[in-house]
Parts: sequence; structure tokens; C-alpha cells
Amino acid sequence: MNIKTRALKKSLWVYHLSTGSCNNCDIEILDCLSPRFDIERFGMVLVGSPKHADVLLITGIVTKKNLERVKEVYHETPKPCFVVAVGTCACSGNMFRSGYNMAGPLKNVIPVDVFIPGCPPGPAAIISAVVKLLNKLK
Amino acid sequence: MKLNVLLKENLGNMVKKFEEPADKRIYITIDRNNLLKCAEIIFKNLDARYVIASGIHNENNFEMLYHFSFDKDGVIVSLRVYLDKEKPEVESLVSLIPGIEYIERETWEFFGIKFLNNPNLKHFLLPEDWPEGDYPVRKK
Amino acid sequence: MKKIIVPLGPDHPLFEEPEFFILHCDGENVVDVEWQAGYNHRGIEKISETKHWDQVTFLVERICGICSNSHPVAYANAVENLLGIDIPERAKYIRTIISEMERLHSHLLWAGLAGHFLGYNTVFMWVWKYREPLLDMMEMLTGNRNNYSMIKIGGVRRDINDEQIKALRKTLDTLKTQNEMLTKVVLDDPVLQARLVNVGVLTKKDIKDYGAVGPVARASGVDIDVRRDNPYAAYSFIDWKVITRENGDVFDKAVVRLLECFESIKIIQQCLDRIENKKGEILNEVKEIPPGEGIGRHEALRGEVFHYVRSDGTSSPIRHKIRAPSYVNVPTFKKSCIGQTISDVAIILAGVDPCYCCTERVSVYDANTRKKKNVTWTEIVRKSQEKTKKLKKS
Ligand code: SF4
Repeated sequence: MNIKTRALKKSLWVYHLSTGSCNNCDIEILDCLSPRFDIERFGMVLVGSPKHADVLLITGIVTKKNLERVKEVYHETPKPCFVVAVGTCACSGNMFRSGYNMAGPLKNVIPVDVFIPGCPPGPAAIISAVVKLLNKLK
Repeated sequence: MKLNVLLKENLGNMVKKFEEPADKRIYITIDRNNLLKCAEIIFKNLDARYVIASGIHNENNFEMLYHFSFDKDGVIVSLRVYLDKEKPEVESLVSLIPGIEYIERETWEFFGIKFLNNPNLKHFLLPEDWPEGDYPVRKK
Repeated sequence: MKKIIVPLGPDHPLFEEPEFFILHCDGENVVDVEWQAGYNHRGIEKISETKHWDQVTFLVERICGICSNSHPVAYANAVENLLGIDIPERAKYIRTIISEMERLHSHLLWAGLAGHFLGYNTVFMWVWKYREPLLDMMEMLTGNRNNYSMIKIGGVRRDINDEQIKALRKTLDTLKTQNEMLTKVVLDDPVLQARLVNVGVLTKKDIKDYGAVGPVARASGVDIDVRRDNPYAAYSFIDWKVITRENGDVFDKAVVRLLECFESIKIIQQCLDRIENKKGEILNEVKEIPPGEGIGRHEALRGEVFHYVRSDGTSSPIRHKIRAPSYVNVPTFKKSCIGQTISDVAIILAGVDPCYCCTERVSVYDANTRKKKNVTWTEIVRKSQEKTKKLKKS
């Protein structure tokens, strides 16, 4: 394990980005912060800029207007980083797949490490996915 | 006075067709040249609330529906105008209802219906570089 | 002059769609606002034309996560309006219960986020803790924390049994005491008053010009509520009242929302009384949708949801127009933000409970140096929080 991944797995800072979601996935991510689920006990913090982030939590089908922004955010995130596709929308496009404004799904735009299906996946599922990711690093 | 009587009285012979298919729903077909006048009567004089406008692509023409709500009676009144198939154009209502700007821009980019005298007719929901002449919600 | 596009700010679920506001400023004061939308545009109206009438309920549920019961109710109302049918009484009560639970959880969510924007993170944590049991109840009643899938054309999909009613009653009672405490905290806090009173005022004329609806309109003294004006579901059988306020500032909007929570609890309790220990039909089977057109409305948490459907007798709609309340509430920024300081913009924007994801940043145009600066949403929120701190000290 090189020093970069070693430093990375200590305390993951996550950045949340919506690329055309219905908001439920975003609420569930925010719910992870609330007292019941409290992801900060794993050392995870939701940060306000991709430049500080280790993990990108991405929700929604990538819309055409959002395409460039997604790429740019990925570009701005220091590497190595992880990309997590939260929700069926980000995984496959859900029922919006056939829409005319769809540029995704996410895996066609940027490399994705973890997929969390579910519409929406509960906070418990999101936390367990990130913890699994951590364990895999060890 | 009942609302349907009131409407008929105020709009007079501008009404081409008056339909009440269900309780508390009124559809009034008018000529498109009378749109501004009718909308003004309904919005200003009768003090209705603007709800939304919806464009429809029919086989032989385009259709615009302007929905207004009379909240005291709980009635939705929809003004219906038919537009030309080849050159769909209609007067903009921005001067009357400022909030209608966005739906007119949206209808323009979805259906290609042109709103005359809307000062800000540019892309709203679709990207700036959306190909011209491609109207996604039109029937294929 | 080159405009730099810095794509994203931090996120908040208060904001449904990633959106783009351009503020033109003179020093600290906002002189003009431009709105660009479409970052979240998924073309649902068109997709709806390719789905079966029954599938559309699932589609409209996913327009907005927080209103995931409101759109299906409005859509079902529209189709039932087209068909000219009525639904069974028990289904009406169940629809009402789910709608009001949704209102409760959304208003609480809003209160928490508004607190966060003002630098009151305690309120944020509290409120989100109170909200959790409600989501548990939703999971118990419908099987999912969000996206409930309760509504079907002609009725509802699932029944509620007596055990569930008991559990729901208990949760509501605790919530009521918690909400009472919260309301007192908000109404009596002098700092909150200083931040919210007379900020972002909307007059009755602004409301009419932009067609604003829901708590935004009611806070400005415009007494409209679809639940009373054009009753559907069980609202006409139940005793409740519409909350209005006169000033139209952000404080009044907060008050309207908090007081509406009590009304919602009242409505749910009455509905539970009527369906407890009883059995009944919950669905009127619908086989075919004849040609025609229908309009359905529902008073969602943020205001009136409006659906227009047209059928040609086939298995999917040929036109489905959806108007969410934020579509008319958001443009009122043009009136409420102008003349205010940048630090107040965050809470004014939040005041109407807009519906877009805040992957957003605002570009600030400095009229003196004629240069464009890009300010992220974090900065705006930070500015807002600093202002509260200053007020607290003085
Ligand atoms: S996966 Fe489901 S809940 Fe998540 S954004 Fe998509 S539609 Fe919404």
C-alpha cells in the first residue's frame, strides 16, 4: 500500500454532487449526517468543495447541461479519489433512460468505483457501502 | 352571479366555444387575435390567478391552453387558442403577467411556438447549444 | 469580460435542481437577479407520453423527492377528473394521511435547513432528529422511507391496519410537543427576529404578478389553499383551518410553515379516528381511459401542484403538463432579493423553499470595478452565518 492510499483511508472527506436527481438520494445522503446515523463517527465529513474531497458521492442521471460540470468536478478532485454512484439514477438512468436530455449514465462519463442501487438507497445502505470500500482498501 | 354566466357576459362574442366537461372546470376556445384582450379581462377585471400555460402538438395544428384559477369559487378556467401548423405564433402575455415569461420560453424551446413581443425569448431549460429546429416535445 | 464557470457549490437538499442565479450587485446590495435553470431537466413530460397510465404514477413520484406523494395525488386527481369518477371513502382518508405526513416532514426539513443557513446548527440537528420517527412511520405504512407509491388511479395501493394506527398516534403525540417547543424557540428568539423580520418582503401585488402559491402566498396575506377551495380527498369532511399572515417577510413564511404543522397533526388525528376499527374498499378499479382532458390539483407542501392530462383513448397520455409550485415561486426572487444585501440572499432564497439541488454557485457582479467574481454557495452561507454572529454579540 503506498502512502497515498494509506493517508486516504484514515478519514474520508466526501463531496456530494447532484447531476439531475429527484432529491431523495440527496436527502438520504444528508440524513447520514443527522444525529441518528451520524457518519462523522467514521471520520467522514461532508465538505463544500471537490478540492478537499476524497470521495465523490454522485446522484442523478447526468443531464446534458450538467455533463461538463461533472467532468470538471472530477478533474478538480485530487487523485486518488473514489467515485460512488448513489441511487439507481446514477447507476443506470432509472426510468429517465429514454429521455432526450440524458447524457449519462454516470459510468459513461467518469470512472465509477462503487454503485449503490436503490431508489433511494437508505442512509444505512450508503454508510455500509462506504465502510465496505474502506475495508477493501485495508 | 355564477362564474360561467359572468364569464360569458364579460367575454361576449369573443367566445367561440364554451365547455364545462366536469364540475369546476371550464374551457373557453377563443380566436388567437383576441387572446390578450380575453386574458386581460380574466386576469385584471375578474381578478383570477395565473396558473400556467401548456402547449400541445396536435396532428393538424398547435394548441395553447392558458390556465387561470378563480380561488374563491375553486374553478379552473382554461383559455384555448389554436395556432397554425406551419408557423405557430401567438401574442406574448408578458406585459400583462410578468411571471409568464418562463413558461413562454419553455414552450418556445419545446414546441417551437413563437411568442411575439416576448423580449427574452432564449433557451431556458435546454442547453444554449441545442440544435435549432429540434423541438423535443413535438410529436414525431 | 470573461465569465468563469465554477461549477459547483456544496449541496443542500433544500435545493431540488442544480440551478444558476446571477446576482448583479453594487457593493453589498443586489441590484438585479437572473435565473438560469435546466440543470436538472429530465424531460419527464415527454417520457410520460411513452408510459402506461399506471406507470406514470411512479414516474411523477420521482419528479421531486420531497413531494413524492403530491405529484401522484395531483396526477390521480387529473385522471379521475377526466374519467369523472369518485374514489372510495377509506382511500380518501388514506390519501389525506399520507399527504399530511409528507407536509409535516417537509416543513420540518425546511426549518432545519433554514436554521443551518442562519448559523443555527443546533436547530438543524434537532429538527432532523425529530423528523426521523416520521420517516420510520412512512416506512411502516408504505414500505419505503421516500417514494411511497401509495397512490393509484382510482384509490390507493395499500391499506392501513389498526396496529399501524396506534403506532402513528404515538409518534404524532411526541412530535406535537417537540414542535411546540420548536415554535416557541423560533418565535421568541430576538436574533432570529432581527435576521428574518422585514427581510425579503413580497407584497400582494408581487404574489399576483408571479402567481406564487402555497406558504409563500399565504405569508403575504393571500388566502388561497386548494385543499379548501377545490376540495379533494377527505379535506372537506374534516375540521381544520388555513393559516395566513400579513407581512410577507421570511419570518412570516417560517411562522406559516410551523403553524401548518399543527394543522397537519390535527388533520391526521381526525382521519385516524374515522378509519380506526373499520373496514372498507380502497380501490375503484379503472379499466380504460376514454378520450378527453382533465385537470388535477393538490396543495403540496410548497403550494399548488397542477397536472393537465389529455387522452386519445390509448394506453398512455398524449399530453401531460406538470406545474410544480416552485416554478411560480422561484421567480419571485426578482422582487424579494433586489435591494437586499448579499448576506440575506441565502435565507431569502431559502424562504420560498425552492426545489432545486444546490450544486450551485452564484456569480456576483461588482458594479463598481466592473469585474465578475464567482462566489460559491458556501461563501454566501458563511456570510449569512457571520451576520448572525455579529447580531448575537451586539
Ligand atoms: S435513484 Fe430514485 S431516489 Fe435517487 S435520484 Fe433517482 S429517482 Fe430519485
